[in-house]
Amino acid sequence: MPRFGAGGISSGLNHKPVMNGVQRWENGALKNGMMSEEKVHNGGLYKRPFNEAFEETPMLVAVLTYMGYGILTLFGYLRDFLRTWKIEKCHIATERVEQKDFVPLYQDFENFYTRNLYMRIRDNWNRPVCSVPGERIDVMERFTDDYNWTFKFTGRVIKGVINMGSYNYLGFAQNTGFCADASAKSLNQYGAGMCSTRQEIGNMEKHEELEHLVARFLGVEAAMTYGMGFATNSMNIPALVGKGCLILSDELNHSSLVLGARLSGATIRIFKHNNMQSLEKLLRDAIVQGQPRTHRPWKKILIVVEGIYSMEGSIVRLPEVIALKKKYKAYLYLDEAHSIGALGPNGRGVVDYFGLDPRDVDIMMGTFTKSFGSAGGYIGGSKVLIEYLRAHSHSAAYATSMSLPVVQQIISSMKCIMGEDGTTLGQKRVEQLAENTRYFRRRLTEMGFIIYGNSDSPVVPLMLYMPAKIGAFGREMLKRNIGVVVVGFPATPIIESRARFCVSAAHTKEMLDAALREINEVGDLLQLKYSRHHFVPLLDRPFDETTYEETED
Amino acid sequence: MDVKHIKDYLSWLYYQYLLITCSYVLEPWEQSIFNTLLLTIIAMVIYSSYIFIPIHVRLAVEFFSGIFGGQHESTVALMS
Ligand SMILES: Cc1ncc(COP(=O)(O)O)c(C=O)c1O
Repeated sequence: MPRFGAGGISSGLNHKPVMNGVQRWENGALKNGMMSEEKVHNGGLYKRPFNEAFEETPMLVAVLTYMGYGILTLFGYLRDFLRTWKIEKCHIATERVEQKDFVPLYQDFENFYTRNLYMRIRDNWNRPVCSVPGERIDVMERFTDDYNWTFKFTGRVIKGVINMGSYNYLGFAQNTGFCADASAKSLNQYGAGMCSTRQEIGNMEKHEELEHLVARFLGVEAAMTYGMGFATNSMNIPALVGKGCLILSDELNHSSLVLGARLSGATIRIFKHNNMQSLEKLLRDAIVQGQPRTHRPWKKILIVVEGIYSMEGSIVRLPEVIALKKKYKAYLYLDEAHSIGALGPNGRGVVDYFGLDPRDVDIMMGTFTKSFGSAGGYIGGSKVLIEYLRAHSHSAAYATSMSLPVVQQIISSMKCIMGEDGTTLGQKRVEQLAENTRYFRRRLTEMGFIIYGNSDSPVVPLMLYMPAKIGAFGREMLKRNIGVVVVGFPATPIIESRARFCVSAAHTKEMLDAALREINEVGDLLQLKYSRHHFVPLLDRPFDETTYEETED
Repeated sequence: MDVKHIKDYLSWLYYQYLLITCSYVLEPWEQSIFNTLLLTIIAMVIYSSYIFIPIHVRLAVEFFSGIFGGQHESTVALMS
């Protein structure tokens, strides 16, 4: 379960950003006339236009989607019935006979879903790729003769598939060029594995160099790096907060943040996606009421948000979050996994994008897996924070330190983005990405697809809705030599299945045009052009109901 | 030429039907069960509406004309 909201399907649906959007829009329209002064004040927080739209799901589409799931569920029950009566062979793990009276392991909804719905379109995921995950990839062809229960290779390779799925935002996933050369040199010099932790003898000069570089890149006092982005979140949040602390988490936060929050033992409260009223209400309640029962004040309040949300393509409303955090004296944990490198005029993430001061964010977290084409994660912040984490974080104490070729890849690509390699190559890539993103998003919107998210976000979700279309879209696109990622439950609410494109600076205009042409064709074939251009500005906040309206009270 | 056009259109329509009802992802034997069921249901709906709707309409007309209409008109309706 990658999300808080996905615990039950219903909760996922209740917090649909769409609903949210409509409501907020109405609020905004109502209050607009009344608070003209606030408008200026609030609008001043943003130095650039913030266009984020979530078009409402058309009613007919929603009904048909539910109907489709209904039919599939009925057939799922039929198949389960056949399996229990041994009429049909069961391919999937079941309860063992010896454990008959134990707690059942495979009976919850997610198992049912995997067995009976996911299995039917499983060929769209886990496809083996046999080349560098750059702008074009080679995919191994495979086939199934038992309806996706097993796959066999045909021995052929589908060559030159345009890759619209990798998080290769700046195109640093390369096997040639200066980054790869430097990594190869580093491999020759140090070998691949470190065989010890940072606290013992796995602390190399390159690690120190990387940390200083990251700190400089982010504009913070100090930084610390880890071998895995997921573990950076899930192991450091428990080091920062604990019992008696409160975590305010966005409902669509990544599962690593969810896991970290749960492991910490702190109380977790969830606010609606990117909804500042919801966040402010939770903050206010937390301060007024304190801890449940005892009513002692919370020890710490930590707001956890992401820079770019990887499934919605939305950008956090950072100026407002920072204003709220300052007003209520909370701490802010910002996960820049997708935004670092991909956003901002200098590629330095959301903070750069909004032109804010990085020191206003208490904990800057990010990963090297996306824009830098490498692996690992970092945490940046004040010197005190980093010293504390160095001593207390589990992934610093118990995990082997990062492999040095990997470190070298980060150093080379980061220096390239910063222009410290003496070229403007990095800056060009950042600009190219922004241009590609705008072009790709604009063209898709013009074609009439429903596209979610912010107009500057390189993550572009295209809504598919119906379960059969998830499978059909992936297959049809691969047939046309385009590799895409399709996403369904449990990564999204059950009716909001989507295809997610990740635009890269490495995509040329020709590739994007080729991809767009095919998407257009498949869109016509599958009738995906749902948009009626009823845009609901999720939060056109400069004009929206303000979060500071009651400051004077 | 025209026949080909119509054939294309029909296959497109069938494809849309497959996608919307999710038969696209069903196995062939499930598909045939689904199609059979759907056809049976539709056939029954059509058959029963053919049988029962005229009767119901007549009864309804009688009922409402009994309430709203005058004596004279209702006899006319019955006779016709
Ligand atoms: C928001 C967010 N945080 C953390 C991670 C985990 O990073 P990694 O893949 O480097 O483990 C991801 C990766 O998908 C992510 O999207």
